[in-house]
Amino acid sequence: MAEVYSVSQLTAYLKKLVEEDPHLQQIWVQGEISNFTRHSSGHLYFTLKDESARLRCVMFRRESQRLKFLPQDGMAVTVLGRLAIYPKNGEYQLYVAVMEASGVGSLYLAYEQLKERLAKEGLFDQARKRRLPVLPRKIAVLTSPTGAAVRDIIRILHRRYPRVDILVIPVLVQGAAAPQSLVAGLDLIGRLSGLDLAIIGRGGGSIEELWAFNDEHVARAIARCPIPVVSAVGHETDFTIADFVADLRAPTPSAAAELSVPEIDKLRENLGAMESRLKNLLLQILEKKRILLSKAATHPVLTRPERWLAIRRQQVDLAREEMVNRIRNRLEEKKHSLLKQIAKLEALSPLATLTRGYSICLRKDGSVVSRAGQVRTGEEINILLHRGELCCAVLKVKEEREG
Amino acid sequence: MKEAVTAQAPEKSFEEALARLEQIIEELDHGELKLEESLRLFEEGVSLARYCNSKLDEAQGRVELLLGVDGENILTKDFCIDEEE
Repeated sequence: MAEVYSVSQLTAYLKKLVEEDPHLQQIWVQGEISNFTRHSSGHLYFTLKDESARLRCVMFRRESQRLKFLPQDGMAVTVLGRLAIYPKNGEYQLYVAVMEASGVGSLYLAYEQLKERLAKEGLFDQARKRRLPVLPRKIAVLTSPTGAAVRDIIRILHRRYPRVDILVIPVLVQGAAAPQSLVAGLDLIGRLSGLDLAIIGRGGGSIEELWAFNDEHVARAIARCPIPVVSAVGHETDFTIADFVADLRAPTPSAAAELSVPEIDKLRENLGAMESRLKNLLLQILEKKRILLSKAATHPVLTRPERWLAIRRQQVDLAREEMVNRIRNRLEEKKHSLLKQIAKLEALSPLATLTRGYSICLRKDGSVVSRAGQVRTGEEINILLHRGELCCAVLKVKEEREG
Repeated sequence: MKEAVTAQAPEKSFEEALARLEQIIEELDHGELKLEESLRLFEEGVSLARYCNSKLDEAQGRVELLLGVDGENILTKDFCIDEEE
């Protein structure tokens, strides 16, 4: 009979085999990163994969600190590390010492290309997004009927808004057949009546598990769905193509349920507030009208017409007085300016005479000499000309007889 | 002949009723309305609020699982989620 080993013995043997092989202790491996997580300690955990195999990897903080880029899911890399077996769970993994990027991973590239193409077509345009109904009557939930996601969605929908009808449309949400199943489910919605909102999604998973939601056919089926679609692909940070096409993107299935229906208590509260606002407004309007009415009723023209008339009459009298005063002032002004003009003319007239060659004869005391008898022989007199004056002595006085 | 014309108006949806109610409040708040018009709007508003409340009181919604579609017929069954958590 062949020798029987314990699990520990076999594992220890394999461990020795692997760890004593110098080739496996310093080996370059090429693949695409997936399930990447960065632990708070700084250690990186991820899987390297290609079309047909996957390899678990760890990169400790000491090594990862030297990285020039942040590794991401879908990135194609080449790593140098040593292979080791971890006996506790019988798994082997690569302890990575060096990592180099080797271009963008093919899956990621495909995603980026599809995203760009659909964006160019306008499939993601804000203008295409339909508004969700305020109060949906019947919601289609496209997801796996067995996962936690469907339970979360139904529970939250009915907790917030018990009235809503829910139709679960069972679909495959991962694996090769998932895209086709999702498309069939979405296209079915158009043939069913009474639905006014659809939630499509699944619980969280790795990028590969969510890949059906990056399928072009799924994207187009969402776009042509006759009712608004909320996407609920359970991945907080990464956006799938379905998220971009959907009318609203929720980060998780629970969030999708919360965004899809209002809270009934809030609605009731809101309605109550509107009703009391309505009543208050009517009371205000009635009060305003009442005040207007009482103002009109207490107006002096109605209560004491004779007094109201007396006031009006007084106003007319005052206006008339004012008018007379103004006319009088106006006349005064005119008269004043006329007198001024006359005075001016009078002042000017003797001068005008002098220019024509006449002169004025004045005695020393300034009195005007108009008769010869006013002066004596030898007296000095002044003769005022148009320009300047002459100081003269009287040689002879010839008096003219009066009459 | 005349009776055929006075057919019942189609039922307003909750959204339509709510939107109309908001509009009425706005009009009462800002519009310089005649008293008769105010009273008419108030009555309409109160009946809209009552209608909306009655909509909220409708029975608990159903949860169904789609089993399949057979031509024009849709096959469903009640879908229960266990609440044992």
